[in-house]
Amino acid sequence: MKLTLWTYEGPPHVGAMRVATAMEGLHYVLHAPQGDTYADLLFTMIERQSKRPPVTYTTFQARDLGGDTAELFKTAAREAYERFRPQALLVGASCTAELIQDDPGGLARAVALPIPVVPVELPSYQKKENWGSAETFYQLVRAFAGPQAPKPGTQRAPRPAGQRPRCNLLGPTALGFRHRDDVSEITGLLDRMGIDVHVVAPLGATPADLATLGEADFNVVLYPETGMPAAQWLLRTFQQPVVKTVPIGIGATRDFIAEVAGIAGVDATAVLEADDSRLPWYSRSVDSTYLTGKRVFIFGDATHAVAAARIAAEELGFTVVGLGTYSREFAREVREAAARYGVEATITDDYLEVEAAIAAQHPELVLGTQMERHIAKRLGIPCAVISAPVHVQDFPARYSPQMGFEGANVIFDTWVHPLMMGLEEHLLHMFRDDAEFKDEAGASHLGSHAASRPVEATPEAPEPVMVAERSVAWDPAAEKELKKIPFFVRGKARRNTETFASDRGIATITVDTLYDAKAHFGR
Amino acid sequence: MSAAAATVTSSTTGGCEDRPVLRERGQHSVFCGLTGVVWLHRKIQDAFFLVVGSRTCAHLLQSAAGVMIFAEPRFGTAIIDDRDLAGLADANDELDRVVTQLLERRPDIKLLFLVGSCPSEVIKLDLSRAALRLNRQFAPGVRVLSYSGSGIETTFTQGEDACLASMVPVLPQTDASQLLVVGALADVVEDQFARLFAAMGIANVRFLPPRNSGDLPPVGAATQYLLAQPFLADTARALEQRGATRIAAPFPLGVEGTTLWLQAAADAFGIDPTRVRAATDMPRERGKRALANYRDRLAGKRMFLFPDSQLEIPLARFVSRELGMQVIEAGTPYLHRAHMADELALLPAGIQVSEGQDVERQLDRCRDARPDITVCGLGLANPLEAEGLTTKWSIELLFTPVQGYDQAGDLAELFARPLVRRTRLAV
Ligand code: SF4
Repeated sequence: MKLTLWTYEGPPHVGAMRVATAMEGLHYVLHAPQGDTYADLLFTMIERQSKRPPVTYTTFQARDLGGDTAELFKTAAREAYERFRPQALLVGASCTAELIQDDPGGLARAVALPIPVVPVELPSYQKKENWGSAETFYQLVRAFAGPQAPKPGTQRAPRPAGQRPRCNLLGPTALGFRHRDDVSEITGLLDRMGIDVHVVAPLGATPADLATLGEADFNVVLYPETGMPAAQWLLRTFQQPVVKTVPIGIGATRDFIAEVAGIAGVDATAVLEADDSRLPWYSRSVDSTYLTGKRVFIFGDATHAVAAARIAAEELGFTVVGLGTYSREFAREVREAAARYGVEATITDDYLEVEAAIAAQHPELVLGTQMERHIAKRLGIPCAVISAPVHVQDFPARYSPQMGFEGANVIFDTWVHPLMMGLEEHLLHMFRDDAEFKDEAGASHLGSHAASRPVEATPEAPEPVMVAERSVAWDPAAEKELKKIPFFVRGKARRNTETFASDRGIATITVDTLYDAKAHFGR
Repeated sequence: MSAAAATVTSSTTGGCEDRPVLRERGQHSVFCGLTGVVWLHRKIQDAFFLVVGSRTCAHLLQSAAGVMIFAEPRFGTAIIDDRDLAGLADANDELDRVVTQLLERRPDIKLLFLVGSCPSEVIKLDLSRAALRLNRQFAPGVRVLSYSGSGIETTFTQGEDACLASMVPVLPQTDASQLLVVGALADVVEDQFARLFAAMGIANVRFLPPRNSGDLPPVGAATQYLLAQPFLADTARALEQRGATRIAAPFPLGVEGTTLWLQAAADAFGIDPTRVRAATDMPRERGKRALANYRDRLAGKRMFLFPDSQLEIPLARFVSRELGMQVIEAGTPYLHRAHMADELALLPAGIQVSEGQDVERQLDRCRDARPDITVCGLGLANPLEAEGLTTKWSIELLFTPVQGYDQAGDLAELFARPLVRRTRLAV
């Protein structure tokens, strides 16, 4: 049993819903009590889908238990088929139905519907949402592409001369972070490379489309969290190579192009030369020097967190001071990435731990999910959202991919926007007593909204995580001098000075200690 | 969910009228009782609601709470995992550990609710025994109570009913004559009612739930209670076991509802009618003026209410009698005939009352009727809007102060705004 206040991921059957809702011609019959129908609002409210998710819930009640919950399930399956006439039915149980062990797969088969029925078993007390998506997608791909599998040992027929190479894009789901826009960005990029997209799945695919997955020459996994198990099965079954680089950021997009070109046997020189992304130039332009060494804390799903760390370090010149994920399945990848930036990975799905890690690092920018946005707001730190889970405002009306060259432009704007502009930051350093530059003032272009930051979110307020280390005292003059340092670096200054003092056995920090420490650590 | 057999039209018996009720049993599209935590934890300021459930329960709470991410919310979920399912003794130890950990971190918590869920009920984790055990351990600093908000037993607002009912046995005893107003109200509404009762001359008025656990209202044989919310069947029963008697009344939605509700209390306490009028004339007239602003816009508009909060019948009564709207169907997840008797008596004939739900059939009826405004849950609103229907999310009725004279206009405005928006938009 674990105490949870906010969760990064829902239960695995919500992952299955993300797959079913993304697809066409599929209906999901879920054995679940009525309260579980809340999941509809994730799609209709947060993602603003104009259709109800294709899900029928049995909504069994206490009085049905021990009696006819099985019959209830069969009726629901039959009626769902008659009403929605899907190409196929997905069936499964939510956490409560898992406990009553009704076997939705067996029950649905007993109904003898004239369409394929795919059962998915999702262990609700062990696994979570992304795993549920991945498993559901894998089961669907196996069920529909499986019958098309060549005999083991059969060689793939070579692509007919003159035919453009074709690939599938795997992994995008409903409720994903910018999945729809990423798909169009990458489809366009592949097209410029002379490659056609055969099937995008699950997003927009029908069960009949899944049956043809094996016809493509290779697979591109856009989101390993949801697409990798299916891609690995397709590799084993159809010998379809898998492109594993996720094209988020300039460097990763260029690596992706190279990997795709190698697998597809096309020449990518022209596409690489035509790269017209503005990120590299914006980042090199002098105004961006103020971005140098900005301390950034990154948390999200593994794919977006790892990609963000690379962009932060290599493309914006930030310093990565924290990197973590709630995707335990990908802990190894994130640990490896963290090691590259010399930080300890934060692998947890407990948002309080993430909050403590952020508070301890005093970053100048947080890149995270909606949870980190709230943490950052409380701590008074600028933040940009880079990964699911996200709220309704992170499904923007405008085209805003994360992937490819346009994605890099979007990322540059999104991450730099919450920060102070270069000269503004300098003026803030110089004129501490100006009324407009008081601590509560945020970046001037963000208006009163940013100004609502808590006045002393940075460590003037006692900070539980730091209490143990507070063995040194501040004399009042030093304390006053510290306040002249802008809030967004004050936490770091305080910590550095205290470390400096305690390393040297200084019991009371004076103004001189403060400047000695500054000289020691530098900016 | 057996198709045809599930839909039966029955006649009420023992009510004050014979109104056909459409009873349905199919897919429900309603939250479970856990949702009550979202408003109750704001109401009782030193209480913590610990749901003992699954990741689904935690996700439901978080999704229903929507954008309200609080730094330190006063609710959380003890998520049951595989190890707990292995043996029950284990699950109890685990629960004790989680509660201890929680209370150590949150010394501000004085009242802890253990809230049961479908999983905790299916595995028969006895939360009432756990509450007794933990109570002994943490008394007198913290009181521990338990109730079930599970989706197999409770629908949406029934969670509040279960929560309040769990408090009744621990209310202090009193023999004094008093009025007890029952059901969570916005603080501002509660204050208005308190002022009105005082002006009417009812001296001893208490509210359940209290804003603070140290302020539990007493109860006893001389207590008369007045329901402020229509979904409190279990709480009412528990209060009666403590000797209290119910003051029958419609619910305080709209000017008329508020007047009849206050009047019922006044009658029960033998208050002189002139004194009642003196106290209520001004706010009542103010409420009528506020409603007049919306009546023009809403009169004649056709409304369809999906079952959600059990507020549907009082709402249907309000919009049809005070705003001149035409209600096609008023769905309620559960129809409590005794508590609803005064409402049903006022409800114009011709309004189809339905109980329970088969959401697909109900959607068919709604589409056929093409109402001007549909009151429904969050899962249905946008899809219906996309089909060209105008909607109002019913959950807002729980998150907005709507009871009483000075909120009657706000309540009308909730329905007017989506319609006004429709007429403004040229896209
Ligand atoms: S319906 Fe049951 S399992 Fe679902 S959220 Fe409510 S209590 Fe939890």
